[in-house]
Amino acid sequence: MEKLDVRGLSCPIPVIRTKKLIDQGCTEILIIGDSAPAKENVSRLAKSSGYQMQFITDEKDNWELEIKK
Amino acid sequence: MDRNKWIVLVTGLITGMVAVVLVKMGNPQNMGFCIACFERDIAGALGLHRADVVQYMRPEILGLVLGALITSLFTREFKTRGGSATLVRFIMGVFMMIGALVFLGCPLRDVLRMAGGDYNAVVGLFGFIAGVASGVFFLKKGFNLGRAQASHSQVGGFVIPALITFFLVLLVLKTVFNPTAGGPLFFSKTGPGSMHAALWLSLGAGLLVGFLAQRSRLCFSGGIRDLILVKDSTLLLGFIGVFAGALVLNLALGFFKAGFAFQPIAHTQHIWNFLGLYLVGITGTLLGGCPLRQLILSGQGDMDAGAVVVGMIVGAAFSHNFVLASSAMTKAASGAITSYGGPGLYGQIACVAGIVIMFVIGFMFREE
Repeated sequence: MEKLDVRGLSCPIPVIRTKKLIDQGCTEILIIGDSAPAKENVSRLAKSSGYQMQFITDEKDNWELEIKK
Repeated sequence: MDRNKWIVLVTGLITGMVAVVLVKMGNPQNMGFCIACFERDIAGALGLHRADVVQYMRPEILGLVLGALITSLFTREFKTRGGSATLVRFIMGVFMMIGALVFLGCPLRDVLRMAGGDYNAVVGLFGFIAGVASGVFFLKKGFNLGRAQASHSQVGGFVIPALITFFLVLLVLKTVFNPTAGGPLFFSKTGPGSMHAALWLSLGAGLLVGFLAQRSRLCFSGGIRDLILVKDSTLLLGFIGVFAGALVLNLALGFFKAGFAFQPIAHTQHIWNFLGLYLVGITGTLLGGCPLRQLILSGQGDMDAGAVVVGMIVGAAFSHNFVLASSAMTKAASGAITSYGGPGLYGQIACVAGIVIMFVIGFMFREE
């Protein structure tokens, strides 16, 4: 599983980093973040790219999201 | 359409309609809301520049920040963070304002101008889209201003809201420190700065839009950016909502007037309308948000966004003190053109220099 830390990154860098891994063909990614907009944006991208999502931690300023295809 | 999209669309519709109501109640035409113009008026109200036609402590801006603050405290999203190339962001804020004042408006006002029939704003939109696309180019190349850190103390996040509250108190109490020269706040007697809706109405409008924009993440550069980058139209719906909401009320109230010439507080120099918003588009994209979004973020603890807001206010002072800001196209009572408006030579140089500097920042801050 690829691990991606997007904490503290400005919009839309969390999305760009996630997209890069998706485009590389990663099927399992663990994304760690600390802002609500990043969580929403990354979730939207994962959903539209056909990934299944599961939150390991799901707080506004501290979340860990596992996406799988 | 999912819930998120509805929230953004409704935010846009309400923002557009509120903007036209503010015009009806006294704000300058096609300027119910304009983050750049109003921050410029605030710079004037604080005496940071001497353009006496654009001085007013705009309650809309105060309301936007306080609305975002209150909302983020309730939703527990308020979090003090900062340290992502703060000084660079400040300078970028300065140039974002210079670009906006060459065009004569921020992206929000661009949409409101289009909804009022101002074709110059369509030229500006093309520039804005090109600017955002250029920003996306750098983002794809690995552009990153660095990670922001959460602060161990929440105090820093309250600096901008506290300043705003102080300004609001001065405005409400009509405080005068200097009876002969005026101040601490200065107020225009003529021109756009003298045109405003009642204080409480403007403040209420700001609080409402601040609440909505905080919840929906409304962002004009973000709308175009997400469409280019990930084919996501969520934020773009806010753009469309503002346009539709303002257009309907403009038509109903008779404010709609289509054309290029003699639009309210606008000029017809296409290249500078294009390049002005190009500069705003690229800067906003590199910063992660348009002037409105920066203001909202500054209300929810983001000290880097606070630096952008202060940079924009300082940029407005530079713009007027250094004669960088454009003037509007004007006519005499007879109908004859008295000025075509647009930026002077120094404004043109500053705008192009700003674009070059954004390219340099875009290249220099690549991570990979």
